[in-house]
Amino acid sequence: MKIRRLGIGAIALAAASALALSGCASGSSDTPTGSSSAVITANGSEPQNPLIPTNTNETGGGRIIDSLFAGLEYYDATGAPQLDVAESIDTDDSQTFTIKIKPDLTFTNGDPVDAQSFVDAWQYGALLSNEQLNSYFFEDIEGFSYDEDSPLTGLKVVDPTTFTVTLKEPRADFPLRLGYSAFYPLPKSAYDDMDAFGQAPIGNGPYKLASDDAWQHNEKIDLVVNDEYTGGRKPANGGVTFVFYASQDAAYADLLGGNLDVLDAVPDSAFGTYESDLGDRAVNQPSAVFQSFTIPERLAHFGNDEEGKLRRAALSMAINRDEITDVIFQGTRTPASDFTSPVIDGWSDSLEGADVLKYNPDEAKKLWAQADAISPWGDTKFQIAYNSDGGHQGWVDAVSNSIKNTLGIDASGAPYPTFAEQRTAITDRTIQTAFRTGWQADYPGLFNFLGPLYATNASSNDGDYSNPDFDALLQAGSSTTDTAEANDDFQKAQEILLKDLPAIPLWYSNVTGGSSESVSNVEFGWNSVPLYYAVTKS
Amino acid sequence: MAGYIFRRILQAIPVLLGTTFLIYFMVFAMPGDPLLALFGDKTPNPALLERLRQEYHLDQPFIVQYFLYLGGILRGDFGTSFSGEPVSAILARTFPVTIRLAIMALFIEFVGGVLIGLVSGLRKGKLFDASALVVSLIFISLPIFVIAFVGQFIFGIQLGWARTTVSSGAPIQDLILPAFVLASITFAQIVRLTRASVIETQSLDFVRTAYGKGLTRRRIIPVHILRNSLIPVVTYAATDFGVLLVGATVTEGIFNVPGVGRTLYQAIIRGEGPTVVSFVTVMVLIYLVVNLVVDLLYGLLDPRIRYVK
Repeated sequence: MKIRRLGIGAIALAAASALALSGCASGSSDTPTGSSSAVITANGSEPQNPLIPTNTNETGGGRIIDSLFAGLEYYDATGAPQLDVAESIDTDDSQTFTIKIKPDLTFTNGDPVDAQSFVDAWQYGALLSNEQLNSYFFEDIEGFSYDEDSPLTGLKVVDPTTFTVTLKEPRADFPLRLGYSAFYPLPKSAYDDMDAFGQAPIGNGPYKLASDDAWQHNEKIDLVVNDEYTGGRKPANGGVTFVFYASQDAAYADLLGGNLDVLDAVPDSAFGTYESDLGDRAVNQPSAVFQSFTIPERLAHFGNDEEGKLRRAALSMAINRDEITDVIFQGTRTPASDFTSPVIDGWSDSLEGADVLKYNPDEAKKLWAQADAISPWGDTKFQIAYNSDGGHQGWVDAVSNSIKNTLGIDASGAPYPTFAEQRTAITDRTIQTAFRTGWQADYPGLFNFLGPLYATNASSNDGDYSNPDFDALLQAGSSTTDTAEANDDFQKAQEILLKDLPAIPLWYSNVTGGSSESVSNVEFGWNSVPLYYAVTKS
Repeated sequence: MAGYIFRRILQAIPVLLGTTFLIYFMVFAMPGDPLLALFGDKTPNPALLERLRQEYHLDQPFIVQYFLYLGGILRGDFGTSFSGEPVSAILARTFPVTIRLAIMALFIEFVGGVLIGLVSGLRKGKLFDASALVVSLIFISLPIFVIAFVGQFIFGIQLGWARTTVSSGAPIQDLILPAFVLASITFAQIVRLTRASVIETQSLDFVRTAYGKGLTRRRIIPVHILRNSLIPVVTYAATDFGVLLVGATVTEGIFNVPGVGRTLYQAIIRGEGPTVVSFVTVMVLIYLVVNLVVDLLYGLLDPRIRYVK
């Protein structure tokens, strides 16, 4: 026994010195240090759905799908789209797009990546009877229907490397959306057995599954480099292993214990200490997540009239966002100055009317009194609903207290036990209070924060807000081909929102994360997910 | 004996039916729509939602859903999770991990607890007994998550003796720390129980007789005192085995053990009815089996106990 142990020790020593020697060797040459074959470990969570691009709408599966597939575009660290499979995306009118893709690309099983593989995948994702969670991404393409099976007539294959997309109406930011996973191509073999494909997907991205049973449910998934990938996300490491954690605390403990290389979510319990634990390996930057609470117009005193606007503005100015983000979130949230996010191109913190998001107790009291003159508030309670399974109680209580102390009204939180229960009450419109709302953008564009949430009858317009001027500005911004002009229209639309306040903006979530000493070049993308392909490990 | 076992197994059938019905009802009665939660903060379009409801039979009344589920079980089909994995596969994957962890914890707490309890009982009132009392009181009064976090921090992060969390496949060496954490509380209780039982047994007539016959302490302690003191301890440890198999949710969460507790917790949060009910059904089965084994063990420990046909 002793001899064996000694033997192993000797081997380990030899290996260590060999490593040290090779380290010296590569250090003295020009090649970057860090072996390109080392596999990094990163935190993840068990995907909620089978790994099919059009059916994956949460980050647990999303980060795997993004590693396995390459779409027409990808988003770089700043959120700017870069061509990946596409060679060019052209349009004259923002309604018909001609997309050319690079020739001779293949999936890892040899199936060609051509125009047909995109068109078929989109048709599959859009068809109602396929029940794909991301089907709404295709809603703007001609032929799409929510209510029946209807093919996307707007998709036409011109030749093996060219296809055209015709939209129902102009959407200037359509090319910007094409980096999202719903628009990834699928190999022909996928359609034979989509269930089996969802368990062991075959892609064309920077990574591929290490084996057919690489997805060990609830434990981890092993990805290795796909050597045939030629796009801009060429991996600088030998692969990624996503370890699935049930709690962020366990993942954080693993990072400190040296078992995890890249972490993208620091648990609440470590907010106070992680920056000292991790030093310059800690990450804390704004992300594309916007938090607010929505006050439906059907609530008494909050209609779309003079009184409602005064009360909304008063509530907004009664909230001390700086103090709450500091004390409750320990600096891991950034007070909001609009309805979008600082990581989005075109974001501005100096919109006209953004003062309403600054803490101003005197003005708040004044506006509230003016509203009382129109119709007295009386003993009405003001409540903010939240789901108590998501760690929201702290800030909801703080916001309520801030309102209570400033305006002298009875304000409190209204907890729902689960997220599902709260969503049900919001969706069937039975909720009779204000409620917390959050939005994580699907693609880095201003429109994505505005259209789905506040346009008349939009899918996630939970407060039933409607303003024709706002709709018209969104429409104008969508029909232009000039990005600067479009953003200008969207910002004007936001200025209307700042007057009407259908939702009270609170703050942007920051992405908090960190990395171990053995990895470097850890950068977070616009969507709060690390750019795994760029990470190097020594 | 065989007749007794047969009767017990027959009795288990209505118990199983009743529990699955109750559990299914409770999952059904859970407020909120699990399908809506699948879409996060985004509102899905109604037609898609309707189709998904039909696929998971969520549009059917409760009793229809229940019988569809029961029918599936009889055909060996436990249903599928939202991520497309058959529930039977989840069961086959998670139970071995939890059973391994539970056996390790049981071994630690039983061997350690009985030894210390025996010595404490034999040396009642001495220094060893007093210090064992203090230590076991500390463990009994600490909530398990405190022990787990402190253990993880000291042995995983500070000293580096153990992995902070359990790696994939849950190898034995990774499970040692979680097993000690799981064992810690019951260990203390077994110490107290054994000690009390040993003290009681020591003063019984047959022990005095044994001493009177001139038998040595080396023979009396293991054969006469320990064996007769073990009856309550075995009952306790066996019930605890059942608890370990089904109730390690907190510890499994902290150490990221891919076992039953963690999986069940996630399934409850996601509202996956079939997964929850199947897990609980298997847990009830385990409880029934463990209880039967305990009853049979009595006979081995105490020949006076006989089973009536």
